[in-house]
Amino acid sequence: MIGWWISDSRRPGVEAHGLLRAHKWWVLRRISQISVLGLFMLGPLAGIWIVRGNFAASNIGGLVTLADPYILLQGLAGGTSPATPVVTGALIILVAYLILGGRVYCGWVCPVNIVTDTAHWLRERTGLTRDRKLDRRTRLVILAATLLASFVTGTVAWEFVNPVSLLQRAMIGGIGFGWAIIVAVFLLDLLVSRRAWCSHLCPVGAFYGLLGRGAVLRVSAANRSACTDCGACFNVCPEPHVIVPALKGRGSPLILSGDCQNCGGCIDACPVDVFRMSQRWAEAGAPTTGTGPRDDAPPGPAAGRDPL
Amino acid sequence: MASGKRKMTRRTAMAEAARTVGAVCLGGFSLAALITSTGQADARALRPPGARPEEDFLASCVRCGLCVQACPYDTLSLAEWGQEAAVGTPFFTPREVPCYMCRDVPCARACPTGALDSDIAIRDAEMGVAVLVGHEDCLNYKGMNCSICVRVCPIRGDAITLEPGEFDGRRIMIPTVHSDHCTGCGTCEKHCVTGHASIRVLPRDLGLGGAGRNPAGRAT
Repeated sequence: MIGWWISDSRRPGVEAHGLLRAHKWWVLRRISQISVLGLFMLGPLAGIWIVRGNFAASNIGGLVTLADPYILLQGLAGGTSPATPVVTGALIILVAYLILGGRVYCGWVCPVNIVTDTAHWLRERTGLTRDRKLDRRTRLVILAATLLASFVTGTVAWEFVNPVSLLQRAMIGGIGFGWAIIVAVFLLDLLVSRRAWCSHLCPVGAFYGLLGRGAVLRVSAANRSACTDCGACFNVCPEPHVIVPALKGRGSPLILSGDCQNCGGCIDACPVDVFRMSQRWAEAGAPTTGTGPRDDAPPGPAAGRDPL
Repeated sequence: MASGKRKMTRRTAMAEAARTVGAVCLGGFSLAALITSTGQADARALRPPGARPEEDFLASCVRCGLCVQACPYDTLSLAEWGQEAAVGTPFFTPREVPCYMCRDVPCARACPTGALDSDIAIRDAEMGVAVLVGHEDCLNYKGMNCSICVRVCPIRGDAITLEPGEFDGRRIMIPTVHSDHCTGCGTCEKHCVTGHASIRVLPRDLGLGGAGRNPAGRAT
């Protein structure tokens, strides 16, 4: 029975390592996402105030203020003169994600990721292959557009529509209209385009992706000589293009693209343990035993490729 | 990105750059248009004490809800789509729960962004101003001695007073708001006995007249 629930991309991993190990990073991510959101919900729902606020800005135990640097950036574009706590809070987050990888926010914190992962899983299970391809650079255009709109209107523009904030506020502050846009994102990812929201459109992810370009924590295809070209990692990965240079290139085996969420999906899915968590300065001299100089053609099913 | 590897002539590079700029402008100005069109509703929203002027508030507030959670009376909430404030921003509806004017102003103290002035003294707050909008239904105008609004006012004796007057040939006591003392907390609106409150808190730019300027440009 449980077999039906396993997504195709994880089957090779499950066969090689068992159900649990093939979902290790997935489980850790879900625990992380749910506990972060849970910490925020404990206050309003149970009166246990460890954390106040929401993902836009928060106060941890009355001691530290944290703030979303992207929202602050929009405010600055809108001409605000911010108070000190929000600036230091944004700097703390900025430094944290520079170390952990910007898009760790997407993979490990953002609750919309659970929605879109579910859409993707259902898409795979129901065999929906209809895929209106989007350009993943669209999100950079939207990112720039939100800053322009903030500048023009003198507001924090993206927060008027941001599904990421809407879902968080709905969960933390009570259910409201915001659900409509979450359903829209789910249906978009399910019916229209593979991983449309998180990997192509969301400007929050685009912002953190730019941050992640210098990230210290990185996944490495350290054991790439063992690669059997099964394509499991490409299928499981929300940003398959990031794997190609590390796995099939002749340079560093580290996945250096800022788009990588450090989600560990490839580590889970690989039946021969090619990938592992590593850091930027590790394995500079690792053997380069990729299958060839082709650093633009993944061997797996084409499902993971974006046309550019 | 694959585009980086593509051989690019100056012409295609410029065309691509122009397309991107075009897309950014299209997206940016569409979003801006959406925001300015929804902004019309904001005129009615009452902000927490110490809020910056509305246009500055919308650029400063990050919609974190720390003020909402700091309020001991559940007065504040973050606006959802279709409510009177910009989505995600804090506001309150005094007919439901007014501001109880805490001395330590926990909502403003909690604000990390400066959208609420954390040093505000509550008596200096200008959340709005009470206005006797429905004097035809006000019981005092009907010759009764209601005066609930005067008696519940937390700045009693200063913000609302009863002034003798005449209406419909009767001597009456008129509830009169003094805007230099009224903070807009909304306690009067909350307790007004008419079905639809006859005294209501409006944002100050809606609720107050202005001195204005004479044609020569001098303040009158």
